[in-house]
Amino acid sequence: MSVIAFAKNWNGKFKNSTFELVSYTKALANQLNTNMVVLSIGEVAEEELKLLGNYGADKVLTVSNPQLNTLTSRAYADIVAKAANSVEAEVIVLSDNNSGKAIAPRVSVKLKAGHVAAVQELPLSLDPFVVKKSVFSGKAFGHIQIKSDKKILTIAKNCFGLVANPCDVAIEEFALDIDTNLFKVKIIQEEEQKDKVILSDADIVVSAGRGMRSPENWTPVEELAEVLGAATACSRPVSDEGWRGHEEHVGQTGKVIAPNLYIAAGISGAIQHVAGISRSKCIVAINTDPEAPIFSVADYGIVGDVMDVLPRLTKALRNSKS
Amino acid sequence: MKILVCISNVPDTTTKVKFKEGDSLFDDSGVQWIINPWDELALTRAMELKEDAGNSVNEICVIHVGGASADATLRKALAIGADKAVRIDACPADAYHVAGQIAEYLKENPFDIILSGIESSDYNGSSVGAMIAEFMDYPGISSVTSVNLDDDDIQINRAIPGGKQVLKTEAPFVAVVQKGIATEPRIPSMRGIMMARKKPLEVKPAVELEVLTESIKFELPQEKGACKMIDSESAEQLVELLKNEAKVL
Ligand SMILES: Cc1cc2nc3c(=O)[nH]c(=O)nc-3n(C[C@H](O)[C@H](O)[C@H](O)COP(=O)(O)OP(=O)(O)OC[C@H]3O[C@@H](n4cnc5c(N)ncnc54)[C@H](O)[C@@H]3O)c2cc1C
Ligand SMILES: Nc1ncnc2c1ncn2[C@@H]1O[C@H](COP(=O)(O)O)[C@@H](O)[C@H]1O
Repeated sequence: MSVIAFAKNWNGKFKNSTFELVSYTKALANQLNTNMVVLSIGEVAEEELKLLGNYGADKVLTVSNPQLNTLTSRAYADIVAKAANSVEAEVIVLSDNNSGKAIAPRVSVKLKAGHVAAVQELPLSLDPFVVKKSVFSGKAFGHIQIKSDKKILTIAKNCFGLVANPCDVAIEEFALDIDTNLFKVKIIQEEEQKDKVILSDADIVVSAGRGMRSPENWTPVEELAEVLGAATACSRPVSDEGWRGHEEHVGQTGKVIAPNLYIAAGISGAIQHVAGISRSKCIVAINTDPEAPIFSVADYGIVGDVMDVLPRLTKALRNSKS
Repeated sequence: MKILVCISNVPDTTTKVKFKEGDSLFDDSGVQWIINPWDELALTRAMELKEDAGNSVNEICVIHVGGASADATLRKALAIGADKAVRIDACPADAYHVAGQIAEYLKENPFDIILSGIESSDYNGSSVGAMIAEFMDYPGISSVTSVNLDDDDIQINRAIPGGKQVLKTEAPFVAVVQKGIATEPRIPSMRGIMMARKKPLEVKPAVELEVLTESIKFELPQEKGACKMIDSESAEQLVELLKNEAKVL
């Protein structure tokens, strides 16, 4: 028996969320009194694979086939299922990001393993196996029992944190035949933003709403984001109006994020907006209306005009840095 | 081409959630049920594809796994413009069960494009679409922001962290759709509502299938402590609190 984590890489590199996944899986393996295996798919340098050892991985299986450098959920699910079988994994753990969401349900069907997405913490109990997840778009938590022998989880970002646990890593090539039939989807074009902090990865997010009044007024938002090394985000009407790009829209119908710090400027705090940000560790609200609902979910609030408060905050941060 | 849109029946997004029977069940008294927002957008896009004479979409069917209480939601989908609705008469116990039922239907009634939403706004399972793809052994494309057809040529845009991808695929396939797939959900017209009454809503028996997971209890999030208010002139104080009290800087 064992537990296995699938560590996704981005152009051969892992992210903090990968290390969080390894930290979580290690703790789960300890809870189950078993060992942990980490699976990596695609070409990743040995140095990078060894980093997984800093968080408790002592065995890494790697499928370093260059054909697998781009993710194909069908082929990846096939490999994850085969690797899980080969190490007799009882629990399979992935990150709850785009790829985890695409792969985990497929593995669930392959292995008849009950699947729970976006788990918030270590299992509440092992027998029966019960995990906790956010439901009703952040309005409640559900305790979900997994009844099958094999179980598959994706874990929510920032739910566990990084736990240092240095180990010597044994890296093994996991050999298998790749079924080329599984590559029916062809990528014909790809664009990646290189210069900006990616919203779904960001530790700090500066977000603005209709209270900014016009797209020309965004400079103070961008300046604040810059001193903080933050990503920028916005409410839905702002992206609907085309004031900002759709990739910035957070909320129930946009992105669901969980940064350490979320700054909401000129956002009223409608329930659908809050659904996307309620798992942030700390929320700061800036709004002219002291009755705005955003203050009921915020940790810190300033009643004031964004055009006035944002530059002040940027200045205070610059001063505190120097 | 035939398009199947998977419909989840969920409480209106502004519903105040309550539980009953020792917090083990969702209390649906007084709840207004709607088409899951993502599915409504998926259906809207399917309609747009059908209306564009340049391609050959000739049927849009919606499918739901659930009890008769969802029929009103399915009628709304018909009023928006779907040609046909199918309800598999089973309790939507978990994603595996739901996807398995839809896959059984697909085996008898093939479709070229299957659209599902990224998640149901109630249980937030985010699984059904990819599970259908696996049950059927079809390609599944996640994070889909647009589906375009040029005759039988299928082009899909999908979001990747910090960017986008353009893909080509062959039918049949499953697309799990998210923001961007359509701009505004379509609202049924008076004529649509009249016509919906005459459109077929087929009820099919469920097949025997396992349920792998079960919600056993619910809890409400802890009340947030009061928001600490800071004077608008005192940005330095906020910086200080974020550093030393919240420890997020
Ligand atoms: C099905 C559904 C899904 C939805 N999904 C989402 C979603 O995913 N994300 C989302 O964001 N919304 C979503 N919405 C919309 C949501 O209900 C709100 O309409 C929206 O969040 C409001 O955006 P806002 O706060 O920017 O604008 P408003 O509600 O107009 O609020 C503007 C705020 O700015 C304040 N303000 C004005 N001027 C200033 C100033 N000079 N300085 C400081 N403050 C100022 C005002 O007091 C007000 O509180 C959804 C709605 C529905 C029905
Ligand atoms: N009971 C159901 N019947 C039909 N389709 C469903 C059902 N539940 C979920 N879906 C589809 O699967 C998507 C994701 O739902 P979920 O996996 O439950 O979060 C939804 O947006 C629907 O398209």
